[in-house]
Amino acid sequence: MTKNNEEPRIGVYVCHCGTNIAGVVDVENVATWAKEKLGTQGVVVSRDYKFMCSSLGQELIEKDIKEHNLNRIVVAACSPHLHEKTFRTATSNGGLNPFMCEMVSIREQVSWVHTDKVIATEKAKSMISGGVARIVHHEPLQPMSVPIHPATLVVGGGISGIQAALEIADAGYPVHLVEREPSIGGHMAQFDKTFPTLDCSACILTPKMVEAGNHPNINLYTWSEVEKVDGYVGNFVATIRKKARKIVEADCTGCGICQEKCPKKVIDDVFEAGLGYRKAVYTPFPQAVPNYPVIDVENCTYFEKGTCKVCEKFCPTNAIDFEQEDELISIEIGNIILATGYDLFDARKVSNYGYGRLANVFTSLEFERLTNASGPTGGEIVLRDGKTVPKSVGVIHCVGSRDKNYNEYCSSICCMQSLKFAHLVHERSGAEVYNFYIDIRTPGKGYDEFYLRLVEEGTNFIRGKVAEVSDTARNSEEEGKLIVQVEDTLVGKQRRIPVDMIVLSAALEPRADAKEVGKLFGISCSANGWLIERHPKLDPVATMTEGIYIAGCAQGPKDIPSSVAQGAAAAARVIGKIQKKEIELEPIRASVIEEKCSGCRICNNLCPFNAILFHEDRMVSEINPALCQGCGTCVAACPAGAIIGTGFSNEQVLSQIEGLLMLNIEAAATD
Amino acid sequence: MSDNNFEPTIIGFTCNWCSYRAADMAGTARMKYAPNVRLIRLMCSGRLDPTFVFKAFANGADAVLISGCHPGDCHYVDQNYKALRRFHLMKRVLSQMGIEPERIKLLWASAAEGAIFASEVSKFVDQVRELGPLNWNKQNGGIAAAEPAKEEVAA
Repeated sequence: MTKNNEEPRIGVYVCHCGTNIAGVVDVENVATWAKEKLGTQGVVVSRDYKFMCSSLGQELIEKDIKEHNLNRIVVAACSPHLHEKTFRTATSNGGLNPFMCEMVSIREQVSWVHTDKVIATEKAKSMISGGVARIVHHEPLQPMSVPIHPATLVVGGGISGIQAALEIADAGYPVHLVEREPSIGGHMAQFDKTFPTLDCSACILTPKMVEAGNHPNINLYTWSEVEKVDGYVGNFVATIRKKARKIVEADCTGCGICQEKCPKKVIDDVFEAGLGYRKAVYTPFPQAVPNYPVIDVENCTYFEKGTCKVCEKFCPTNAIDFEQEDELISIEIGNIILATGYDLFDARKVSNYGYGRLANVFTSLEFERLTNASGPTGGEIVLRDGKTVPKSVGVIHCVGSRDKNYNEYCSSICCMQSLKFAHLVHERSGAEVYNFYIDIRTPGKGYDEFYLRLVEEGTNFIRGKVAEVSDTARNSEEEGKLIVQVEDTLVGKQRRIPVDMIVLSAALEPRADAKEVGKLFGISCSANGWLIERHPKLDPVATMTEGIYIAGCAQGPKDIPSSVAQGAAAAARVIGKIQKKEIELEPIRASVIEEKCSGCRICNNLCPFNAILFHEDRMVSEINPALCQGCGTCVAACPAGAIIGTGFSNEQVLSQIEGLLMLNIEAAATD
Repeated sequence: MSDNNFEPTIIGFTCNWCSYRAADMAGTARMKYAPNVRLIRLMCSGRLDPTFVFKAFANGADAVLISGCHPGDCHYVDQNYKALRRFHLMKRVLSQMGIEPERIKLLWASAAEGAIFASEVSKFVDQVRELGPLNWNKQNGGIAAAEPAKEEVAA
């Protein structure tokens, strides 16, 4: 009997999920069994159906609720994380409170992980028995409605983040765009040409950067990082650390005189990938947005030695402020988009390819800078000496990708990028190009056509994983060259190919601090370290945490079109949320029954959200439902049993334990 | 049930955010593991009332698995530490009651660790199989004796 003395009338629905469940679990048998054996518990209807989540499956539930006067629904199908919403909606369409529905995961926890059909079927029965025992104690719950703050935080100012920020800002809502580097633009700002159309990266990116920089709805925080995030969907509070630029932004005009006059040259290993220099006061590149420079405190002569201040002397607007401190800014937002991008694989790890040891082995990012018209060589493809034009270039694909020793995944962009490199070498220097590949992967619009074009241009394609790049010559032809040792698998023999320059198409890797970022925002990383989406196919930009979205390479390696698409998709999701103005939260909350509370205050210190307050006058604790997140720790700790956790009450869990073990008890009885 | 082909029954508690999703992940990746564990989803491992564990033993479970987010990864800041504290307490109480402490296991599994979840479950099942059946409900005169309030259920 349930709490309000209502006789439970339960409907059990066993899903075949095509053959996903029915291939291992005898679903008809389970459904018949539930009707027969669980009838005493209140099961009135029990059915199996091909696809419960289909509209016909849902209608089945709705119809049964009305015809059989059901008041509780148990669906044995996939994980509740996939379809709980679906079946709660069906339950609600049938006229019941949506929380009178319980899902039992017999796909993820039974049919997909077990092979013995008899055992799997028995386990499915036990689990349904647990679900039925549990649902008897379900109570109607009312979702809590909370307002959605209209502002959005976008973390990462690469192309994906810029796209997301612009879409939301254009829709009329405020955006806070936070970027760690002094300028937005991300990796795309470092490239010269983009595949397969070969349009100039800067020409298509900089207008977007400027737009983001000038947009009345976008607050740009560059040289800044998010330090803390509190709250929940609709009502997050983020703390941004705006690192001291040592430049007063309000006064700086971006004239660039300080950079000109600064006497300190520093190797730029971020934007120029170590190939060029910048000053100690700098903007990473001329088109930087915003255009205010940053003083690099670690390398500035004044901060090192206490004298210099040349920049201050020459600044026409007195915008230099050596005393400037980091600023902590607290912002309120409703949603968050993480577009934190990728790091390039450290090619030094593949020591047999000689990067870092052999001067003329370059990484893909270095090569991008070499080909860039505004790069350190003005777009000249030259060797490390800065003047010799290579007569032959080898491009090695899959460095650190598709390799058991480093990353097993395909970095997805390297084939196209390597083809682009080959084209640029042809175009700029006419040198001989060899592309060493395992497979050519060109599955994008116009991508394979680009490959065919390269074949016609005369690039030498050699299929085989390069064993070694060395400078040990065996004959006069190899003298002074880099020799690529490779098995040409199409010809079936070992080859030694001497070239002047090697470019390593290095893997895209998750940011080194992706795990910490995940932790900060309360989302998870995959085993490889990429941020995890809610569903790999059907929900690629949402995450398991409501109100947090991901876009671009933070989610996995991808090219510019896909990064832009994800940025826009995440923005669309956020705009939808904002326009609804309110969001319904799971009503899973704890509450204190005052009459039972002894005022011991054990629960008070357990709550990490400070949701429990103590009334000194009445000597009882009370839980603030707006602050309570529903973890249930206080429920478990209360010695008087005075705290109730909705959705996961003691009755519900204890009954589920009984239900799960019911078959065992029966078996023991017949022993 | 004879002891040489004894298959233990294990009740597992998972949190909603990490370990239940690890089980989902194991499923999605079709990783095979021992079918002896039946999972109960809680919002957080901090919700685990020790009563749940004793109840599972009283009702015939041979072992109990408690699973949550890795320390530092808790969706609710640090409530899995509370689960950790209770776990050690429960182990002591169980051994005082004559139950081998090896019959409860604490497993941290992140949402990405389907493989770890699957292999640890299988290992635990092997460990409990070695210990043999608990039969706590029978030894103590059945569930009715362990839990006088619920006689109807046992009968």
